[in-house]
Amino acid sequence: MNDKKVKAILLVGVGGQGTILASKILSEGFVSAGYDVKMSEIHGMSQRGGSVSTQIRFGAAVHSPIIGEGEAGVIVAFEKMEALRWLEYLRPGGRIIVNDYEIPSVPILMGAAKYPAGILEELTAKADALVIDAAGIAEGLGNAKAMNIVLLGAAVRAMEGEGLGEIDWKAIMQKNIKPAFLELNLKAFEAGFNA
Amino acid sequence: MTEKLLLTGNEAIALGAWEAGLVFASAYPGTPSTEILENLAQYDDVYAEWAPNEKVAVEAAAGASMAGVRSLATMKHVGLNVAADPLFTFSYTGVTGGAVIVTADDPGMHSSQNEQDNRYYALSAKLLMLEPADSEEAKDYTKLAFELSERFDTPVLLRLTTRICHSKGLVTRGERTTVPAVPYRKNIEKFVMTPANAKVRRVDMAGRYAAELAYANGEAAQIGINTVIPAAEQNGDGKKTGVVSAGVAYQYARDVFGDTASYLKLGLTYPMPIDMVREFAATVDTLYVIEELEPYMETQLKAAGIACIGKSLIPEIGELNSDIVRRSVFGTEPERVRSALSSVPRPPSLCAGCPHRGFFYGLSKRKNVIITGDIGCYTLGSAPPLSAIDSCLCMGGSISMGHGAAKAVGAAGSAEKVVAVIGDSTFFHSGVTSLMNIAYNGSAVVTVIMDNRITAMTGQQQNPGTGFTLMGDEAPLVDIPALCASLGIKKEHIRVINPLVLDEVNSALDEALARDEPGVIITRWPCVLKQYSKADASEFGGYETVCVIDAEKCTTCRLCTKTGCPAIVSGEDSVKITGASCTGCAVCEQVCPFDAITRISRSAGTE
Repeated sequence: MNDKKVKAILLVGVGGQGTILASKILSEGFVSAGYDVKMSEIHGMSQRGGSVSTQIRFGAAVHSPIIGEGEAGVIVAFEKMEALRWLEYLRPGGRIIVNDYEIPSVPILMGAAKYPAGILEELTAKADALVIDAAGIAEGLGNAKAMNIVLLGAAVRAMEGEGLGEIDWKAIMQKNIKPAFLELNLKAFEAGFNA
Repeated sequence: MTEKLLLTGNEAIALGAWEAGLVFASAYPGTPSTEILENLAQYDDVYAEWAPNEKVAVEAAAGASMAGVRSLATMKHVGLNVAADPLFTFSYTGVTGGAVIVTADDPGMHSSQNEQDNRYYALSAKLLMLEPADSEEAKDYTKLAFELSERFDTPVLLRLTTRICHSKGLVTRGERTTVPAVPYRKNIEKFVMTPANAKVRRVDMAGRYAAELAYANGEAAQIGINTVIPAAEQNGDGKKTGVVSAGVAYQYARDVFGDTASYLKLGLTYPMPIDMVREFAATVDTLYVIEELEPYMETQLKAAGIACIGKSLIPEIGELNSDIVRRSVFGTEPERVRSALSSVPRPPSLCAGCPHRGFFYGLSKRKNVIITGDIGCYTLGSAPPLSAIDSCLCMGGSISMGHGAAKAVGAAGSAEKVVAVIGDSTFFHSGVTSLMNIAYNGSAVVTVIMDNRITAMTGQQQNPGTGFTLMGDEAPLVDIPALCASLGIKKEHIRVINPLVLDEVNSALDEALARDEPGVIITRWPCVLKQYSKADASEFGGYETVCVIDAEKCTTCRLCTKTGCPAIVSGEDSVKITGASCTGCAVCEQVCPFDAITRISRSAGTE
């Protein structure tokens, strides 16, 4: 924790995708490493199909709880169109992890708009993008719901490039996940980390 | 005890209030303030309750304070408008036990109908005001607020904004201090605000102000509530920059102006410590005031003759962030990745299975109706394709606006009928008196009480109609039909229907709209997100089916998509229902003219 610079990670998705638990584990990890941490969640009306974003800033001393444009060293997008929506918040040269997963919004469901084509190509062209089939990986492990922890694993791997220090992620997951689901989620974390 | 917790501002306020020996807390739920009371209810030795509205909450807190204990009332910014009547005079009576009023403002209107700046309430009601800038301060200032309330004999306003309420930061956990109740003593001169007594208290308030101002300029600085943070480094040009700021705006200012500026960070912003600001201003060449929303501080500085730059650069519309402050002051843009593609908006919508959908679908087919709406999930009924709400002004406004509209239509001799749409919790909050007005002054408004058995929009809070309190105890239920009848609505004009059965919706509307007298339709079906009580389970049953479309029978007429259900996916050449989101509410099944939609068992449909 000798680096004074504030680091930032942004998690974006759609209500119900499990971004909140992933963000909670990440922030607790940063706290355990001795960082000052601020975390801001915008989930107004998320239960009604809206976008969800969690912004985490950590460092020696953190002021603003929200991330500026071009600031996030890592973006984790649980849904493709949300990756596109938040791309301007990625630091040029930063890494964007994107779940190869589509959730159409209401205007698309109603046929009033089309889900944008070519998102993955655009992300790969504009940024250091890592595309993950987190749902597929989680399903392979026995439960598609562990998708969020697959993405968490990938996020932690990407954050290590930012210089994190030693964090016992396993212990933090143990604290936050019910024993019955722990083994599955530890595997999901591992799979995401190595993706 | 130096355990560090990562808490939201709301969680920190609950912790601070508990540590401060709080005894009584009351609130009406409202984003972004709701979680304060939800968290308080988890602590031992504190009593917390949902009030029917904010006025009741503040009055109850005033009563608890008069009776000798520390009390708290929390609300969103617009809630303080509802509570403004007791608030202004509570400032006259002062307190016995410390009293704190929390106002949670919503700059940028994340989930509100306006973005009023409630700091002006402190100015006009003459209430000490504290503005925390992060979670740790939210806890500390809550504790301080109780002390200051008792010391200066005034309720204290704790002013938050969405980012303070919902952002997490590190907080040090402390112990609870038990504050013994002050034995009750009758004090008519202090608590009975007849003109004669109020005139005396009004003069006392002037003395209080002088003492508070001295505190703001002196002691508040010594304990770091109002504090100067000197520049760590020199500016390149040798000029000295100073920034006056408060609340979350201070955090943005720190990120933007960095180590080369000095800061006067204010935690106590009423009274404004003008002497301290003047002293600080004298040490810098350029003084900026960085504040969100209105020029509350800037105006007071300028009135005191202190030169400063504020709203000539910083927007007064919307929420601030570091990017906006940087762009406004320095004109610089961050480097960022630009995409050639654009994403489709993701607006909120009524959930799949929402009981409001069936009613709104029926209502949307009516011609020549004015539909006055209210504050709640059902305001989403204004969105296409339903578009079945014409107005949304304030809590309870639907019924009274409907009354005025009906009288106007009558005077103009035009043909429109008026339907007022309000939720159960909003009806209890401030719709009851409006319905009383309709009965008393006779307007043929069809009042629709959308009773989804919970306060839904703010995240499933109990209310006087649900049978449970905030702390989980059983409570009597308001009998809505009997209440309406007692207000003067004829019993035969009150009908309770299942809003998911379109035949019931249509016949109730036919009947009510044909009448020239007031009528009430109560749509009784629980919110699809509600955790059922035992009574709910026996009355409404479970979600055992899902709807499926028979591709053979479907002509892709897409009429089912006109219900606006997010479980229905309108593809290029087919329409499908997402089994995982569908609750089997069957509104689409009733809409389909080709009998292409049927219900099957959930286990078969979601495999």
